[in-house]
Parts: sequence; C-alpha cells; structure tokens
Amino acid sequence: MAFWARQISIWCSSVKTSNVANSIQRLRKTHRTWMQLDELSVLSLLCTDNHFLQRGLKTYRPVSLGSRLQSTNSSNGQIVSSESNLLSPVNHYQQQAEVIPSSDTKTLYEVWEDTPPSSALEEISEEEAVQIVAEPPLPLGSFTLRDYVDRSETLSKLVLLGVDLSKVEKRPNAGQFLLRLDFEKDIRKRLLFLKDVGVEDNQLGPFLTQNPYILAVDIEALDTRVAYLKSKKFGKEAVARMVSRAPFLLSFSVERLDNRLGFFQKELGLSVQKTRDLVVRLPRLLTGSLEPIKENLQVFQAELGFRLNEIQHIVSKVPKILTANKRKLTKTFDYLHNVMGIPHHILTNFPEVFNSKLLRIKERHMFLTFLGRAQYDPAQPSYISLDKLVCMPDERFCTEVAKASVKDFEKFLKTL
Amino acid sequence: MAAWRAPRTGLNGLFAVYKAPGVASIWVRDTVETLLLKELNSLEQPAVQQQVRFLPTTVEGNAGKELTLTVTQLPVLAAHPLVRGPEFTHLKIGAGHRLDTKSSGVFVLGVGHGNKLLTDMYNAHLTRAYTVRGLFGKATDDFSDTGRLIEKTTFDHVTRDKLEQILAVIQGTNHKALLMYSNIDLKTQEAYELAVKGLIRPMEKTPPLITGIRCLQFAPPEFQLEIQCLHETQQYLRKIVHEIGLELKSTAVCTQVRRTRDGFFTLDNALLQMHWNLQNIRNSIKDSKIKVKVELQRSLGHQARCGKRHTDMDQVAESELHSTEGMSASDLTHKMREPHAD
Repeated sequence: MAFWARQISIWCSSVKTSNVANSIQRLRKTHRTWMQLDELSVLSLLCTDNHFLQRGLKTYRPVSLGSRLQSTNSSNGQIVSSESNLLSPVNHYQQQAEVIPSSDTKTLYEVWEDTPPSSALEEISEEEAVQIVAEPPLPLGSFTLRDYVDRSETLSKLVLLGVDLSKVEKRPNAGQFLLRLDFEKDIRKRLLFLKDVGVEDNQLGPFLTQNPYILAVDIEALDTRVAYLKSKKFGKEAVARMVSRAPFLLSFSVERLDNRLGFFQKELGLSVQKTRDLVVRLPRLLTGSLEPIKENLQVFQAELGFRLNEIQHIVSKVPKILTANKRKLTKTFDYLHNVMGIPHHILTNFPEVFNSKLLRIKERHMFLTFLGRAQYDPAQPSYISLDKLVCMPDERFCTEVAKASVKDFEKFLKTL
Repeated sequence: MAAWRAPRTGLNGLFAVYKAPGVASIWVRDTVETLLLKELNSLEQPAVQQQVRFLPTTVEGNAGKELTLTVTQLPVLAAHPLVRGPEFTHLKIGAGHRLDTKSSGVFVLGVGHGNKLLTDMYNAHLTRAYTVRGLFGKATDDFSDTGRLIEKTTFDHVTRDKLEQILAVIQGTNHKALLMYSNIDLKTQEAYELAVKGLIRPMEKTPPLITGIRCLQFAPPEFQLEIQCLHETQQYLRKIVHEIGLELKSTAVCTQVRRTRDGFFTLDNALLQMHWNLQNIRNSIKDSKIKVKVELQRSLGHQARCGKRHTDMDQVAESELHSTEGMSASDLTHKMREPHAD
C-alpha cells in the first residue's frame, strides 16, 4: 500500500498543467521494467482503489464502474479482463480533467469520486457483496510474465495453446508486446490464417514461441507473402512445411524473400526446380544469415577443392552442410582425406559424413584399423561404405560392420 | 516437493568419466551437465498446482436470476511448466585433476555435495598412474608428435636395457626428492611404521614427483612406459619422454598420454561417453561412495593427527601404491605391481 501511495504522489505531482495522458507517460518513463498497465488500466485501477485517495479504506468499491464481471464461464475459468471492461469510466474522467485545470491535488481527488467516501461498516446488498473482488493488485512492472498470466485472458489462452512463455519473455520486447494484445481482436485472426496456410494445431504453440512477432504483422502483408510463394510454384503442402519449419519466413518482406531465392539459385547454379526442392527441404536457409553460407561455399571450393557440380550434389543431398561450422568442416575433411585417405568422389557420394561428429569418425576408424577392416575403396573386397561408418548406432555398427562385440569396442575406446 | 528432490539425492558424490583425446576437459564437464539436466527435466513432473476460486455465476434463485459465488478448483497457470520454465537449470558439477586436450583417461567429476570431497581428494595427495607412448627419432618444440619438428636422429643404438637403466636412474632421483619433500626423519620408529604400511609421500604442494616408472613395451621406434606420479601435469610427462630420449643420445617425442588411475578411481570405474546418462552416473556414485569415504577418512584423519604428515593406507590403497623404503632401484622396477592391464 505504501508503494501505491508513493506512485500516486509521484503521479499527482507531475499533474501540474498537463492532462492525464501525458502524466501517465511520465510515470511510465520512471520505470525501466515493463509497465503492464497502459493508460486505461492505470486510471481504472486507481479509480477502483478508492481507499488510496481516501486514506485508509480497504474495500473495493466497484459501484463507480457500473456492473461488470459478467460470468465468463470459459474453460480458462475466471478471467478478469480489466482492460476491456473499464473503457467507459475513463472517458468520463478524461473529460473531467480537461474541465478542471487547477493544480490543487485535493480538489482533483474530490472531483473524481462519484460517491462520498464510504466506511467499512456500511451495509451493502448481497449483489454488491458478491461482486467484490479482493485480489491483490497486479505489479506495475515485472521481469516475468508469471505475475500476469493468471489475470490476463490473452496470456492464459496462449499457455493453453502451448506457447512457452518462459522462452518468449526472454526475447526483446516480446513479453510487453504480448501483454498488450487482445486475443479476440489480434491473435485469433492470425491463428486462423496460419491454420489456412497449413500449420498443424499442435504446431501453433511452438511456432508462436519461436516467432511471437508474427502477431504484429498485418494480415494483408501475410496474404501477399503467401501469394508470392504460391506464384513461385511452391505447392500448398510445400508452403505449409516451409512455414511451420521456419517460423520467421512470413515475417520477411517479399523483396527479401525474392533476393534470397535468387541468391541460392545464382550461387549454387541450380535449376529452378532444384532450388525449390532445396528450400522446401531446409526452409531456414531463407531466414538465416547469408554470410556464413557464402564463407562455407568459399571453403568448399578453395580449401577443400570440390568442383561446382560436386558441391551441387552434396548440397542437394544434405543441405545442412551449408550452415555448418567451417572450422569443424575443415577439420573433419582433413581427417577424412589425409588420415583415412578417402578421395573426393567418394566423399561426394556420402556427404553425411560431414554432418557427424569428428570424434565418432575417429573412434570408429581407429577401431576398424585395429581390427584390420578399414577398407574404404569400393574396388577392394570387404568394402565399408561411409554411411555405414557414421550413420549406424553403436550396437549395429559393432555387430554388422566391425563384426565384434560392443564390449570389445568399449575396451578399445578406453585404450585410446 | 519431496518427490522432486528424489532424483537429486542420487546426484551427490564423485564419479569418474573417460575423457577422449582431442576434446577439452571443460567441454566434458559441460556436456555431462547438459545431459544430466536434460534427463532431469524430462522426468515426470507433478501435476500443476490447483487453487480454489470463488466465481460469480448467475443461478436461478427465488426472485429470478441471482448472482452467487460457486466454488471451483482451477490450475494456477503461474506454476505451469510452460510459464515458469524448466525445473532444473543448473547443476553443480566440479572437475577433479584436469587433463589437457591432447591427453585422455580417467577424469574425476564431483556433483552436488561431492564437490567438497573433491577438495578433500586434492588435499589427500594421492598418486596417479599414466601410460605414456613415445616415438624415438624426432624432437619437436612441444615434445609431442603434433608439434613443429626441430631435430631428427637415429635410434638404432637404443636397446631395452639402456632404456631401463635410464628409467631406474630417474626413479632413484625422484625417490630421494620424495623423501626430502615428505619432511620425515628416516631414522625414527615412526617413519619405519609408516613405511611398512604404505608409501611415504609429501602431504603438501611440491614440484612434480615420479614415484614409479617402468617400461611396458619396447618396439623401436615405439615404446610404452607406465608412470606413477604426484602433482604432475601432462606436459611434464611429455618433457620426461623428451629427456629420456636425450639421455639415450637420441631424441623422442610423446604420442599418447593416458591416465589409467586417479587416486582410487581406475579405468573400470570410468564411464565412456556413450554411457553418460542419469542412471549410470547414479550407479557409479553409489559404487564409489564407500571407497571414497574410507580413503579420505584415512588420508585426512591421519593428516590431522600428525599435523600434515603422511597417512595410513589400507589394503585398497596398498594395492595401488607401493612401498619403496629401503629397496634398490633395480628391485623397484620388478617389485612394482601392475595396477590394471590395458
């Protein structure tokens, strides 16, 4: 309560000549943490807590706000949508502020009240008694959405949809942005739009966790972008797959998407159909940064010595290599080519070796060398293909490829 | 609350992992922590807390529609896992004697309350055993085979006998240093009793000391040594290999440093990377609990009694450490018992 009194005094001292809205702005600026309450809510909460203005009463008098608390028996349970229900009294108070320009705070206090101060011992009717809600006040600023989730309809519905609020609140400005949204007005339309595009119901939660900012994009812009993708002859399922796997895709403007598709087509020298397949397979190529991809292509051509058609083959088989760490890529290639002695054309046929951990390749190769089975040349007998070397789990590798027991493999690993 | 603490209680103690060559020991510690957190967070969570709420509803009463309060129990969304985040975000995992990136072997980690035991293990000054592989004929700047080449020499004149002679000399000098740093007067009865029970060794920080060294394999240019030492670093062991090469009027580089024993944790206790999960680590902690307690009690208990002197060893320690009092250098090389076969 002392906190509230302090807030009121700061606020009132700033109401000298300016009107109500400006002073709210100033009050908001004094807090570096978020302000959950925008203008409407601050006023409404201040008005409902009449006891601050009257020094000492603790009852909530909802009389001045008319009847509210319609029983919203939705599945979420009780939802005090404090924002939407309190529009009418605010206009009333704003008019009053314009009428009275005086800076005397006491006069201001008295003017706002519709009713004379009431005492706690006054008798009230059953209806009014039932309508009293004695919940503790919401904090003005917080670092987490946990304080607001039970009282906010939007946040509760998002949680039930599957959005991970603990991750969303870590993103810059996302928490404040979500608090100010209204589920019915803003979010519902966009969720229906996403469903039309083809995102599954159980994917909507993770989608919004990764990209909550899509709730700020206009519906027309989203329509334009989906239309653009369809005009580039991406099928409906392809678009659905791309949108669900790369949540930031629809936040990109049409020119940006166009530039990126053009980049991939030009750099890799692929045909239109192949570019399309590549992008559908790994849509985050379009949303990620392009610098690392350019560097990786340079590494492939200059350092590792692959020709362009080999690079094209590798990329269409395992697109993830374009976004791999170039240092690890170089180390893996160095081991494969120089220590294991595998030539370029076999590496082109099995690009998944670049995807796996170097330690795994080393351990398995050393085991096979120890057993005398390290034969990677297809022309020779007992040839072991590279995908069998890396893609199998340990038990299958031991029994089928190395033809030894898992215990022997473990003993060998402890001698490395 | 008690149900959530149950998985945690299994994670208080010491366990050993096998560090592979080529990865940093900090990476090993971080990976173990991440894997354990992932498993702990995926364990079954209790149901979300419920709260009793009184909701206003309209009910058909005597005089038409009436506003009353009904009692319902609703979940508190602030306690929902999607709102409050994962249950476990951090585990206290500490590392014991570290291994550098190129070496491999037994690496002791402590979790939860076991971190205090790590300090005790450090203060107990137990020895560690390594197998070191070397290669004759080369000398590099960092004494290992991946460094910059400085010199190449012949090694045809090197034989096993010459090598063993050098090793005996090394062991002798180190043994003298050991006794000097242990700060005991060899002519006392107390010293004799301690020597009978186990190794006399220093109980404070000293420069690296080798308590035992012998040759396991000799196939020129390659050779393999077993070294038992105190307060060492892996780079010191590589330097020893380099110096052995110099003493033999040739040169040598070290190709592999592998720790086979750290105190009382051996290769059998160490977990390979494929076995790093909650159940295995919990079992490993349980298995080593008694051994750790007994060992540290003896080491530190005696230390407290004698004011930082040497300690009693029991059977377990004696099989790993050996007594050197009063034996000649050549006898030692045969007397040294094999801790574990490769």
